[in-house]
Amino acid sequence: MPDTVATGPGPAPSGTALRELTFGEAIREALAEEMRRDPRVVLLGEDVAEAGTPFKVVKGLVEEFGKDRVVDTPISEAGFTGLAVGAAMTGLRPIVDIMFGDFLALIMDQVVNQAAKIHYMSGGKWKVPMVIRATMGATRRSAAQHSQSLHAWPSHVPGLKVAIPSTPYDAKGLLKAAIRDDNPIVFFEDKISYAKVKGPVPDEDYVIPLGVADIKREGRDITLVATSSMVQVALGAAAMLEEIGINAEVVDPRTTWPLDEKTLIESVRKTSRCIVVDEGYYRYGITGEIASVIAEGAFYDLDGPVRRIGARHVPVPFSPPLEDATVPTERDLFTMARQMCNK
Amino acid sequence: MATAPNPATTGVEAGTPLRMYRQMIAIRLFEERVNDLYTRALMPGLAHLYIGEEAVAVGICEALRADDYITSTHRGHGHCLAKGAAPHLMFAELLGKEAGYCKGKGGSMHIADPATGNLGANAIVGGGAALATGAAYASKVLGQGRVAVCFFGEGALGQGVLYESMNLAQLWKLPVIYACENNLYNEYTHYSETTAGDPVARPAAFGLPAETVDGQDVRAVHAAASRMVERARRGDGPGFLLLNTYRFRGHHVGDIAREYYRPKHEEQHWMAERDPVALHAAWLVSEGLADQAMLDRIEKEVAAEMDAAVEFAQNAPYPDPQRVDEDVYA
Ligand SMILES: Cc1ncc(C[n+]2csc(CCOP(=O)(O)OP(=O)(O)O)c2C)c(N)n1
Repeated sequence: MPDTVATGPGPAPSGTALRELTFGEAIREALAEEMRRDPRVVLLGEDVAEAGTPFKVVKGLVEEFGKDRVVDTPISEAGFTGLAVGAAMTGLRPIVDIMFGDFLALIMDQVVNQAAKIHYMSGGKWKVPMVIRATMGATRRSAAQHSQSLHAWPSHVPGLKVAIPSTPYDAKGLLKAAIRDDNPIVFFEDKISYAKVKGPVPDEDYVIPLGVADIKREGRDITLVATSSMVQVALGAAAMLEEIGINAEVVDPRTTWPLDEKTLIESVRKTSRCIVVDEGYYRYGITGEIASVIAEGAFYDLDGPVRRIGARHVPVPFSPPLEDATVPTERDLFTMARQMCNK
Repeated sequence: MATAPNPATTGVEAGTPLRMYRQMIAIRLFEERVNDLYTRALMPGLAHLYIGEEAVAVGICEALRADDYITSTHRGHGHCLAKGAAPHLMFAELLGKEAGYCKGKGGSMHIADPATGNLGANAIVGGGAALATGAAYASKVLGQGRVAVCFFGEGALGQGVLYESMNLAQLWKLPVIYACENNLYNEYTHYSETTAGDPVARPAAFGLPAETVDGQDVRAVHAAASRMVERARRGDGPGFLLLNTYRFRGHHVGDIAREYYRPKHEEQHWMAERDPVALHAAWLVSEGLADQAMLDRIEKEVAAEMDAAVEFAQNAPYPDPQRVDEDVYA
């Protein structure tokens, strides 16, 4: 595999220069620009200040915005996330950094029973404008408690929005939209993509509305719906499929809620075949939900059942040959797509 | 499959000063080999070294019975070894091999071994607090007289579950000891920036006896741990040890440029003046319990054991990917 993967340009405003940024750099830019724009935006998390997190993604922010707005917390995820909920209700727009998405398990009460429900329970009187940034993704040999992709959990809960970007362009635009949104948003960042995925990002301010899918590659024969790190996998599979005469479309929903059902259904009505691929668990997960949306919406145009590929239903193992067997690959997608197209 | 080397026996007895020296040098030499494997890209994942903190694990585990329990942390190799784990099976786990303690499924941060009472290392900070308390509860209900020790870094003082656990333990007089290893840093942040008040005021609030111990002095650690363990085994309830110590290396092996959070002179001071292995060696010689030749012999023997253990692990096969689905359910 190459060290970095190039991503196609987003729909950039015409006449502007596009720079190449990594996924991590795009996230840092979004944070810096929003903190400059709005003094109510603060960033809380473990080792977010001088260290800039273990992934170095937020490095430099404390120098610009100071220790009151870029705050190193104790290792108290439930406490500082709940504190952010209270601060969001009362005038700040906090961003909480959850170093490993696995630690969502530690904050779920604050997210699910508090943040998600406060607007509704108060009859619309209180708002909780906050962003929970969490990482996801396996294959770093980080084992069972540092490798999970748990974006299905918040997607299940009314009151939360969930973004799961795959490119630097999308990450920046979605994160800016999330910070400006008046609802609690869980924002998932793939750890491997931070340094590995590179792509063009325009210089000037832009936001990508939550709930708008993006067609990453147009095609006729089969739709590959893919999220986060799996978008690169789907694009790789699409290139392999092209060689045997199968023209695949790759659609990235970009947010799991709100979900752009229309774009997904329209793509499959055109191609008549669909595989949904996601790095979260296969059972009771994102792939199941999206597959059912498509099965209902594109039923009369489908050639066969919507298929899906997700993480194997096991805790993520440490040993490289075992871990590699748990994550969907280009080859898995290629084989399944080929079979569905009878080639 | 390669054959298992025998753990070296040097004829030193449990709980004795010479045995504690042997155990500390074993951890030191184990970790040096981990560092070497990792920097040569032969070990996947992350490696959090225990170098500098050896007296804590050894002083405490030498006060325990074989059937007593421990819970460990992301920086857990020292705890595992001190509780009696075999280095070759640990290295095999660190390299993701089938022969490892967890068949390669756990790795460095998850070594577990029921045979030595090791409930498991844990990659969730504070993740062992309730588990150790539960083991103490089971020991009490089952009338086994076993004690559980919960090792944790001072970073876990930030986790609420620790306080819920201490409250339960004291209410129910459970035989559990909370061993807080204060190495001064939570990852890249000094603990004083994340910890309000006095660490030992926390157990005091629940009525747990707490002792603050020089964690570089293995004999002091052993003496304090022995008092707490005896008390817990008698049925007098939980205790808390605050062990002041220092990690000599980075938070993990790759944490090299660390002057922005930890000054070099501080590191040099601890390494030159407060090395637990060197301090204990000097004491053994000054008390006439060993001479340098004897210490050298022990070190050589342990080094050979560790080299054989590494070789065993390197030669051991990876698990068959087909086995990935095994062990999800009992
Ligand atoms: C609940 C949780 N939050 C954050 C982390 C990430 N993390 C791993 S080690 C560490 C610092 C731990 O400091 P301490 O407990 O003092 O142990 P030390 O590393 O100093 O031995 C952090 C924040 C984690 N593993 N678990």
